[in-house]
Amino acid sequence: MSESLNAIEQFVASDYKYGFITNIESDTVPPGLSENTIRFISAKKHEPAWLTEWRLKAFRHWLTLAEPKWPNVTYTQPDYQAISYYSAPKQKKTLNSLDEVDPELRKTFDKLGISLNEQKRLSGVAVDAVVDSVSVATTFKGELAKQGIIFSSFSEAVHTHPELVQKYLGSVVPHTDNFYAALNSAVFTDGSFCYIPKGVRCPMELSTYFRIEAANTGQFERTLIVADEGAYVSYLEGCTAPMRDENQLHAAVVELVAMESAQIKYSTVQNWYPGDKEGKGGIFNFVTKRGLCKGANSKISWTQVETGSAITWKYPSCILQGDNSQGEFYSVALTNNCQQADTGTKMIHIGKNTRSTIVSKGISAGRGQNSYRGQVKIMKGATNARNFSQCDSLLLGDKCGAHTFPYIDVQNPTAQVEHEASTSKIGEDQIFYLNQRGLETQDAVNMIVNGFCKEVFRELPMEFAVEAQKLLGVSLDGSVG
Amino acid sequence: MKQPLIEIKNLSAGINGKQILKGINLTVRPGEVHAIMGPNGSGKSTLGYVLAGRKGYDVTGGSVTYDGKDLIELAPEDRAREGLFLAFQYPVEIPGVNNTYFLRAAYNEQRKHRKQEEVDAVDFLAIVKEKMKLLDLPDSMMKRAVNEGFSGGEKKRNEIFQMAVLDPKLAILDETDSGLDIDALRIVAEGVNKLKRPDNAAIVITHYQRLLNYIVPDFVHVLFDGRLIKSGGKELALELEEKGYDWLIGKNGK
Ligand SMILES: Nc1ncnc2c1ncn2[C@@H]1O[C@H](COP(=O)(O)OP(=O)(O)OP(=O)(O)O)[C@@H](O)[C@H]1O
Ligand SMILES: [Mg+2]
Repeated sequence: MSESLNAIEQFVASDYKYGFITNIESDTVPPGLSENTIRFISAKKHEPAWLTEWRLKAFRHWLTLAEPKWPNVTYTQPDYQAISYYSAPKQKKTLNSLDEVDPELRKTFDKLGISLNEQKRLSGVAVDAVVDSVSVATTFKGELAKQGIIFSSFSEAVHTHPELVQKYLGSVVPHTDNFYAALNSAVFTDGSFCYIPKGVRCPMELSTYFRIEAANTGQFERTLIVADEGAYVSYLEGCTAPMRDENQLHAAVVELVAMESAQIKYSTVQNWYPGDKEGKGGIFNFVTKRGLCKGANSKISWTQVETGSAITWKYPSCILQGDNSQGEFYSVALTNNCQQADTGTKMIHIGKNTRSTIVSKGISAGRGQNSYRGQVKIMKGATNARNFSQCDSLLLGDKCGAHTFPYIDVQNPTAQVEHEASTSKIGEDQIFYLNQRGLETQDAVNMIVNGFCKEVFRELPMEFAVEAQKLLGVSLDGSVG
Repeated sequence: MKQPLIEIKNLSAGINGKQILKGINLTVRPGEVHAIMGPNGSGKSTLGYVLAGRKGYDVTGGSVTYDGKDLIELAPEDRAREGLFLAFQYPVEIPGVNNTYFLRAAYNEQRKHRKQEEVDAVDFLAIVKEKMKLLDLPDSMMKRAVNEGFSGGEKKRNEIFQMAVLDPKLAILDETDSGLDIDALRIVAEGVNKLKRPDNAAIVITHYQRLLNYIVPDFVHVLFDGRLIKSGGKELALELEEKGYDWLIGKNGK
């Protein structure tokens, strides 16, 4: 038994394959955060006065807040005055085609195996690439526009559709929500905006790839997706970041709004730099993601595969306001080496007959610490609300940890809430069984881990599921005897 | 006489410092079926694990030559790719991993090892269908996860099914008959017989002479306390069934 443990430990060693740095000239402000910085960002982006004021209000509120201490993670608090809050790739003019994109940037995408050309030709995915907080290429817009779909960078939407942005910005995640959401509201630089009009089914998966570039630059994206009555959209978010020594802060906000009978499917694959084997470097990922099922019969699904970042603090949630609305959360979170993740969801049942499903799969390897934190809240008026939660943890080796913190708050007696949890270890007997059929240990472990995650992977769009499987393999890649 | 497929010489092995195999000598040639019988805890499964290369089982003496190679030097997956197959006494469950997907991965590992092209999902399905017929297995089994929620007998049948697809040179069947109902026993045994060829061999571990009515062995060996204490022809199994092990143990007493 001791030898088999050893094998698992060895196997846990891994190298980050996406650790490279691109040379793109940046237009960066000096580090530091003050009202002046915010005015600078706002001016740089030619924002209307209401937005500048909105940012300042958030900033003033942020000054009154302290970083949350309740997540089950330990790290050195970032120095918010040492962060540079704006950096945009230099761009001479608006791009009309992919050929005009900075060749260095194109190379970066190629290294990641997600060249826009490929994307465009093979998968019919419209790509809004966010590099250092500013969109540099947006494709397929014409085709989407024909159906009245708006899919653009956030800063562009501020100019082209100010009424929509103003109406929904902060309507799901107000600037007062939490420390990181307040910070994001004050300094966000860009992100994606998406609006699907009444009755329209978005004909393709909408996708954004995020990159964090210039050193010491915090990244604060803001994404807002609104699906009007009867609309449907599936949105993909995927991220990688180059290797760095200093910790980089990432505090994004994502807001989803689903009107009556609308459906939003939001899928994320996150593989930011997790730090080295000793825990040096890596991304701090403090994200606020929330969806509002505003209308009756609406539905929001979050599916996430989280394999990166040194620290993850993330709870994609659903507010089930409309009667018969549904919320879903499918998650795979993997922590290896010194990674720490505190992730889960909140399902707030307000409307009648609302339903929520939570499937969380935590994988811990090395000295990784993985916590599931989930809240199911059934409000007084939520007659016949139902929730089903399943939280499974898989441990690789005996130096890692898995923790589960379910919070259940039921205020209506007709509610049905079910919670199942399990913790298992990859067995030496399972590995040997697969070895005996000709698979080497690394492949055996990948197969077992992928099997463990199956219920989540099948919620992902096909190509994304394949990518996610590969990513788990990469994240667990190591030397096994 | 044919060259041995496997030649085990004075093999000693143990786990966690505990000596379990204490000098095993056994030669199996292509075309032969050897049965190994013996009381609980005598080391039958241990022999299977040692031959298959399970971690934690340390070889402390002797040698094993398999198909001209030093078997002990090979990694467990390489032994498998070289055609050594162990049907487990207790097959493990691999939740969420589709049976067909898993078996194709195993099949292709073998092909890669032989420098053959990998087989795609469509061609593999044809191979699977043919072998399923041979063993009279229901389609549904291939759609499920590896052994997950399988009944004891289904697990055993799945082992033989994997064996049929992987077509090993040397199959070690560790109590594949236990847990099978009478019909399944016959089907499995007939399957094993159909797979038998002049160039492959099997070591069949069992407690019941009943199985040996179907899979007729060329040799029967009795394993007791880590040693093969008696060998004979198929009639030895009948004798054991009748008399038990005491008369042998008494003679070779501890
Ligand atoms: N991990 C272990 N640690 C210590 N002793 C072990 C271990 N595994 C097996 N043994 C012991 O080795 C001996 C042989 O076990 P083995 O499983 O090979 O017997 P077997 O002949 O297959 O028995 P059965 O007929 O019950 O299947 C037993 O005494 C068993 O308790
Ligand atoms: Mg046994």
